[in-house]
Amino acid sequence: MDSNRDWSSQPPYLHPEYKSTQLRAPTRPLIPIPESLSERTGPVYGHEAVGALDADLTKNARVNGEPLGERIIVAGRVVDEGDRPIPEVLIEIWQANAAGRYIHEADQHDAPLDPNFLGAGRCVTDAEGRYEFRSIKPGAYPWRNHHNAWRPTHIHLSLFGPNLQTRLVTQMYFPGDPLFAFDPIYQGAPEGARARMVSAFDLDLTEPEFALGYRFDIVLRGPNATPMED
Amino acid sequence: MARRGQTPSQTVGPFFAYGLAPEQYGYRFKSLADGDMAVDSVEGERIRVIGQVFDGAGELIPDALIEFWQANAHGRYNHPADDRKDNLLDPAFKGFGRFGTGTAADNRFQFDTVKPGSVDGAQAPHINVVVTMRGLLSHAYTRIYFADEADANAADPVLSSVPAGRRDTLIARRDESLPGRVYRFDIHMQGPKETVFFDV
Repeated sequence: MDSNRDWSSQPPYLHPEYKSTQLRAPTRPLIPIPESLSERTGPVYGHEAVGALDADLTKNARVNGEPLGERIIVAGRVVDEGDRPIPEVLIEIWQANAAGRYIHEADQHDAPLDPNFLGAGRCVTDAEGRYEFRSIKPGAYPWRNHHNAWRPTHIHLSLFGPNLQTRLVTQMYFPGDPLFAFDPIYQGAPEGARARMVSAFDLDLTEPEFALGYRFDIVLRGPNATPMED
Repeated sequence: MARRGQTPSQTVGPFFAYGLAPEQYGYRFKSLADGDMAVDSVEGERIRVIGQVFDGAGELIPDALIEFWQANAHGRYNHPADDRKDNLLDPAFKGFGRFGTGTAADNRFQFDTVKPGSVDGAQAPHINVVVTMRGLLSHAYTRIYFADEADANAADPVLSSVPAGRRDTLIARRDESLPGRVYRFDIHMQGPKETVFFDV
């Protein structure tokens, strides 16, 4: 396996338009590490680690009714750069509610909380690398990076692939969002790679009388990384 | 064979707590991992690793997520890729921990674990660390070595590849003022004490 990250796909640490990077981005060059068992291994979570409702955010925090908003299905495959499925990948997600409000107590955005929606979920990919979540489409969210700054609608994802080298924290966006052009986080990814973070509306995944479907494949690094043809 | 480009990383943002460390932050969702890495039956020397994370202005970072990945006391990783027979697996020890810096008054992270053994004879005992936070578009990797393993550290190939003047940033030191076996390991994202980060 290639021992270094593919920086033509991955964002740099310093992206000055995203202001929080300015005092937090490492400034010294990364030091290459000779690959050992420390990098070829990583935390293992099987299907037994997740609860029955963990992947259904429309149900996993109900108190006295259904969460408000547009129901969605988000599904896809986790694969490597050779398009081979990766089973047993733990995917954890978290997101704002339909009003664009996070339940996190530090979120001061003046939009309503939903007592029946937490916004957190997780699942483990099956033998074909497939996963599926049910949720509520999150709303756009204002932040203070610059004047009139709004995040495009997104879902946060954390993935543990087969080893520490494949650790990924990312965000999934929705197709056609008008905020892409103004969002320094989305724009922080290399131009040629940004579209890989955008899900696709999928009528086959859409369930009649229930929810729209969005397909989102996630490509983890390795093995045998070679120059990319996109 | 089809080649597909890697999905880019994006920041974990400021609101990861209820998704990634819910119980630590008081949300009603089960945590898969926390700072208590070693239940009573785990073999090995109990240690606590504490630290704080600082930005380039020297300010404490209150919204970092720190993850530990380590071998057990015998130097064995609880992972199928580590199938060596001479290092004993300890099924009770997963080797993974996770702690956010948003709950303690001093924004510290705190892991209760066992001291890892040497993985392969060549490498000194170490803990692999994933550092992520608002403002990091890609997570950062570092390692924690132990000040009381001077001989092993001197022979470690990774530490040796780091410029001598920066190796100190990877060494956890005993804090004798605290009860128990406590090591302190602060993480500096920038500045004269900037922690060494690796291209893993």
